[in-house]
Amino acid sequence: MSTETEEKYERYYVPEQSHWPIVGAIGLFLLAFGGGNFIQQTTGKYGNEGSMGWIIFAIGFAIMVYMMFGWWKDTVRESMSGLYSSQMDRSFRQGMMWFISSEVMFFAAFFGGLFYARVLVMPWLGGEGNNAMTHALLWPEFIPAWPMTETPGGTTTTAMGAFGLPAINTAILLTSSWTLTIAHHALIQGNRNTLLNYTVITALLGVIFLCLQVYEYYEAYEHMGLTLGSGIYGSTFFMLTGFHGLHVTVGTIFLIVMSIRVAKGHFKPENHFAYEAGAWYWHFVDVVWLFLFIFVYIL
Amino acid sequence: MAIRRKLFAGLAVFLSGLLSSAVYAAADLNMRPGVTETSVEAFELHMIVVWVMTGIAAVVFGVMFYSIFAHRKSKNPTPATFSHSTTVEVIWTAIPVLILIALTVPAVKLLIKMEDASNPDMSVVVTGSQWKWHYKYMEQDIEFFSNLKTPQVRENFKLEDAQNNENYLLEVDNELVLPANTKVRFLLTADDVIHSWWVPELAVKKDAIPGFINETWTSVPTPGIYRGQCTELCGEWHGFMPVVVRVLPQAEFDQWVVKKQEEKVAAEKAAAEAAARSWDMDKLMALGKEVYDAKCALCHQVNGEGAGTFPALKGSEMAIKADRMKDHIEIVVHGKAGTAMQAFSGQLTDAELAAVITYERNAWGNNTGEIVQPAEIQAFKAGN
Amino acid sequence: MADHHPTGIKRWLFTTNHKDIGSMYLWFSFIMFLIGGAMAMVIRAELYQPGLQFVDPNFFNQMTTMHGLIMVFGAVMPSMVGLANWLIPMQIGAPDMALPRMNNWSFWILPFAFTLLLLSLFMEGGAPNFGWTFYAPLSTTYGPPSTDFFILGVHMMGISSIMGAINVIVTVFNMRAPGMTLMKMPLFVWTWVITAFLLIMVMPVLAGVVTMMLTDRHFGTSFFDAAGGGDPVLFQHIFWFFGHPEVYIMILPAFGVASEIIPAFARKKLFGYASMVYATASIALLSFIVWAHHMFTVGMPVAGELFFMIATMLIAVPTGVKVFNWVATMWKGSMTFETPMLFAIAFVILFTIGGFSGVMLAMAPVDFQYHDTYFVVAHFHYVLFPGAIFGTTAAVYYWLPKWTGKMYNEKMGKIHFWWSMIAVNLTFFPMHFSGLAGMPRRIPDYNMMFAEFNQLASIGAFALGLSQLFFLYIVIQTIRSGKKSEDKPWDGATGLEWEQLPCPAPYHTFDTPPKVK
Ligand code: HEA
Ligand code: HEA
Ligand code: HEC
Ligand code: CUA
Ligand SMILES: [Cu+2]
Repeated sequence: MSTETEEKYERYYVPEQSHWPIVGAIGLFLLAFGGGNFIQQTTGKYGNEGSMGWIIFAIGFAIMVYMMFGWWKDTVRESMSGLYSSQMDRSFRQGMMWFISSEVMFFAAFFGGLFYARVLVMPWLGGEGNNAMTHALLWPEFIPAWPMTETPGGTTTTAMGAFGLPAINTAILLTSSWTLTIAHHALIQGNRNTLLNYTVITALLGVIFLCLQVYEYYEAYEHMGLTLGSGIYGSTFFMLTGFHGLHVTVGTIFLIVMSIRVAKGHFKPENHFAYEAGAWYWHFVDVVWLFLFIFVYIL
Repeated sequence: MAIRRKLFAGLAVFLSGLLSSAVYAAADLNMRPGVTETSVEAFELHMIVVWVMTGIAAVVFGVMFYSIFAHRKSKNPTPATFSHSTTVEVIWTAIPVLILIALTVPAVKLLIKMEDASNPDMSVVVTGSQWKWHYKYMEQDIEFFSNLKTPQVRENFKLEDAQNNENYLLEVDNELVLPANTKVRFLLTADDVIHSWWVPELAVKKDAIPGFINETWTSVPTPGIYRGQCTELCGEWHGFMPVVVRVLPQAEFDQWVVKKQEEKVAAEKAAAEAAARSWDMDKLMALGKEVYDAKCALCHQVNGEGAGTFPALKGSEMAIKADRMKDHIEIVVHGKAGTAMQAFSGQLTDAELAAVITYERNAWGNNTGEIVQPAEIQAFKAGN
Repeated sequence: MADHHPTGIKRWLFTTNHKDIGSMYLWFSFIMFLIGGAMAMVIRAELYQPGLQFVDPNFFNQMTTMHGLIMVFGAVMPSMVGLANWLIPMQIGAPDMALPRMNNWSFWILPFAFTLLLLSLFMEGGAPNFGWTFYAPLSTTYGPPSTDFFILGVHMMGISSIMGAINVIVTVFNMRAPGMTLMKMPLFVWTWVITAFLLIMVMPVLAGVVTMMLTDRHFGTSFFDAAGGGDPVLFQHIFWFFGHPEVYIMILPAFGVASEIIPAFARKKLFGYASMVYATASIALLSFIVWAHHMFTVGMPVAGELFFMIATMLIAVPTGVKVFNWVATMWKGSMTFETPMLFAIAFVILFTIGGFSGVMLAMAPVDFQYHDTYFVVAHFHYVLFPGAIFGTTAAVYYWLPKWTGKMYNEKMGKIHFWWSMIAVNLTFFPMHFSGLAGMPRRIPDYNMMFAEFNQLASIGAFALGLSQLFFLYIVIQTIRSGKKSEDKPWDGATGLEWEQLPCPAPYHTFDTPPKVK
């Protein structure tokens, strides 16, 4: 190989051996095994109340946290010591992009469930289409209406309005996207103070959002009789907003870590993949919320 | 080389043998045409597709085998160099499209016909549950369960049983009886999991889904007995849930209806009398065992020890503690929602219920000595 | 750079090397194949004759379920990922996969996930028994306790697959050697990019649907319960939205393998390279809109049935293009028939037969007669065994010299081929007949009228099982005492891995990118 090509070519960094993946695999296994036991134990469906599922689950969780810390620490160190070429950076970016695509599809499954239940199943149960007999023979009392506050089986609930807390939450998330964009621009322009302040503000907005959502859930369970068990309306409501909330939590932690790294001066205008990944993730969570707001709350 | 050639020839013969046996050979290698208009049309469409596929296979594999034969290295040492041709590529995209369009036309027509259950002459509600069918004639006010004739316990299914019985696994205690030349609409649903109601010779297959009613129909011109099976995995005894349809000429069907209605009145009377009587332990245990082995043992096992998700009744608190008697009656009469334990109030008479509960409280070492009288069941039902 | 590598157990546990990871995937998948196959042997033994011979109906259902799950998720998918790991970096001139540590994680999740799944066999109430399609409510309200571990196991497999797919896609888009334009990539790479895309789109949907199952089972939701306004059929829609692309996930890489091997042994360039790429992409796109062809009997509105019927039949067109291209590649070539080529040719023929029965199934009004009978079982084993598995087998014979530096014994390879070829047809062809005669699937016992076909199938199955053990023997024998391979054992082979690398390929390859003409 001539030295000429050697020079033009940035070496692609292939890490040496790492024990993090196998630690992660073990962690995941304990999480699943313990989690399964834990669920069965708490819901008591199979009478194995005595099992120690939660301990295994907790150990698994701890291992996962340990693994993530360690793994990311390695990556951060490698990145800071300049081992990563721009090609490597592209790998990370594309990886993140496809990861977010997969997340989109995860939500798509639940949105699909919601649409199917609302647009097709509910009218069918109410006797529309060629399903007149379903209504006549099985659910004669059922009156189709969305939000489905009374299920065919007779469970009743109240619907969550759109223009109280949810509207405020929408405003909060939209603002947070905007503050995060300001921060990102500041990063590119090398303006550290603005960057730090606005990143912190964004993370705070995330925390406020979560608090409000917890309050909303509390209201739903305590005062509105709206629970996971409230038929398909409750199921889709809590699963969609719940998984979204989980993602906001992850995104917020992401932003808090980014704030710390910003404070430590980790990022450069030309090398800040991690920050950008966090930002993408946040925007994705934001967009999901907009869909939620429209399809779960308003319509 | 010679060996290789022989092997290829062997392969070709073998494959074409397999293929052609599918098409030419005796009827039991093929789908049965069935007896209804739609089943015959479905069969015809099936034959069309088989032939079309065989034709395409002959061409594609023909060309390929020729090439394997003629273009091997020993015969054709220098390969050609072409690597694409837009013309042939367009052609071999277009031809399949045309073939598929040709296949779609009859398929669409037939599909629309098969799915049109409107304007029926009569309707039957078919309900699947683990592992039996229930038929309810909407107009005639007749209803009954249809179980596999052999009780669903493992010991009853041996090779000899299959060899000695032409209709092994395809016989039921109560057949679905239908009149000939009548458009019958089936309204399918299920109590627990999804089942699927299939009679090949009528070309009717439709899922029975809990909470929904699916519609399908048939009109059978020729009287006879038509057998099928449940075709959706529905749990342990899924393979033991046959469908038997007996088609009678209209007049005989009418007689059957009358007979059934009389039987119903008589049975109600007998049940009431049985319930009014006081039973002694031996009678209850004898009847109880009969009922238990027929209806309960498929889940709870003959020895009462249960299996898998089906709990043991032997030693079960519910079946031995006096203060749980009420729960015991409750679960057998009303079942437990969301589990395979179904309500037996509609399937057994009060006497049978009393007998089976008594049996469970005294069999397999559950020696409570307690007796449940049919009257107690009646009182329980009334009290609810 | 010295071609050194770590040794001992740590080499495998901690590795970031795509070749090591590829080997681990392949071995893992083979072990799973044997376990899943052993379960198939139980099924075939029970079905050898009417009557309940060996197992309880419930255990039979567990075997069917676990067999399907293990073969699909444990054998076929990991085998394809194994090939991807070994080959993609070498074929595009990359030093490794783009994200090597994550690559190792993707792999190591799998043994744990399958441990969890297999543990369920020993749990109270037994293993999952509701079929690999786990329809609600049989799997929700009526599922055994182990269902929860099955659900979490599926989550783990999903995480593994998604990360594996991300790795492939990023590697291909970002790590190609200069000059390796997209339309110069070997077809195996192309088929895998498209497969990876499918994986990223549908594995999360599978994760979603099993999550709904979990909450329906334990937390009171009613996605699949009409009383709460849900619908058991909703489960099927979401499952098959995943499930149908899944079957192409299993076959597309095998298409890629055939597209590498056939030109090599025909000593002639692949015919219609570009149309191959477009056809693969069309198959993938179409696969998103055909899912309900598995559900013709659930009582969809007729318009829906028509749509799904026609869309499904359309898939025959791009698939046909592929088949015709392979035949045209052979045409006027200069063919020899070493073992990989034999398997590749058998793949084309038998897959096509499976495809034909697929088109028959796609015709809704006739599918009412075929659905949930052994005709379907015959269809999918034709596309899966002589399809996906033969594809992998061909690949193993073809690249074994590259991987190990040793040459397998050609005579034994040929015996293995003919033995499998005859056995596979003997096993699965009669299933068409039993299906047409009316035998439902997933039943442990049957009427005498199906007896002959079942007996044949069982005999074939045992022979097929033995032939796979023979394959294992051949591979081990090659690794341990095979003849040393030349650097280019196949004179017609093309591609960077054959043209620029020796046999065996060094532990680290293409640290500096190769020149691509
Ligand atoms: C690798 C896996 C794989 C592949 C590639 C396919 C390919 C196809 N499958 Fe299959 N299928 C399965 C795996 C697969 N399938 C499985 C596992 C199940 C059962 C799941 C379960 O219920 O457990 C199933 C079930 C299944 C059903 C449901 C049956 C039922 O339950 O009632 C249907 C119905 O439409 C179907 C259709 C098709 C079609 C049309 C294709 C097409 O892609 C085939 C296209 C190929 C060709 C047609 C051959 C080559 C073409 C030519 C030579 C051109 C000329 C041809 C014509 C013009 C016709 N499949
Ligand atoms: C890639 C996928 C794949 C593969 C390769 C196979 C391979 C085989 N399959 Fe299977 N099969 C499925 C996917 C697959 N299958 C799926 C998805 C289903 C549907 C499940 C469902 O309904 O839910 C199914 C269902 C299915 C059924 C229907 C069951 C039913 O409906 O009740 C049958 C019946 O004969 C069967 C048979 C076989 C046989 C004989 C093989 C043979 O090819 C196997 C060859 C044998 C071996 C490879 C084993 C070799 C090893 C030994 C002999 C001993 C080794 C010992 C130890 C390791 C201890 N399969
Ligand atoms: C299709 C399967 C099935 C059939 C048939 C069946 N059972 Fe059950 N049975 C069950 C299941 C499952 C349960 C457990 C319900 C639960 O989860 O509590 C059960 C529970 C019971 C219990 C309560 C046991 C306890 O300890 O909690 C009794 C008593 C009972 N069944 C009696 C009967 C009788 C009597 C019959 C027949 C007339 C019968 N069962 C038929 C499946 C069945
Ligand atoms: Cu009922 Cu299968
Ligand atoms: Cu499909």
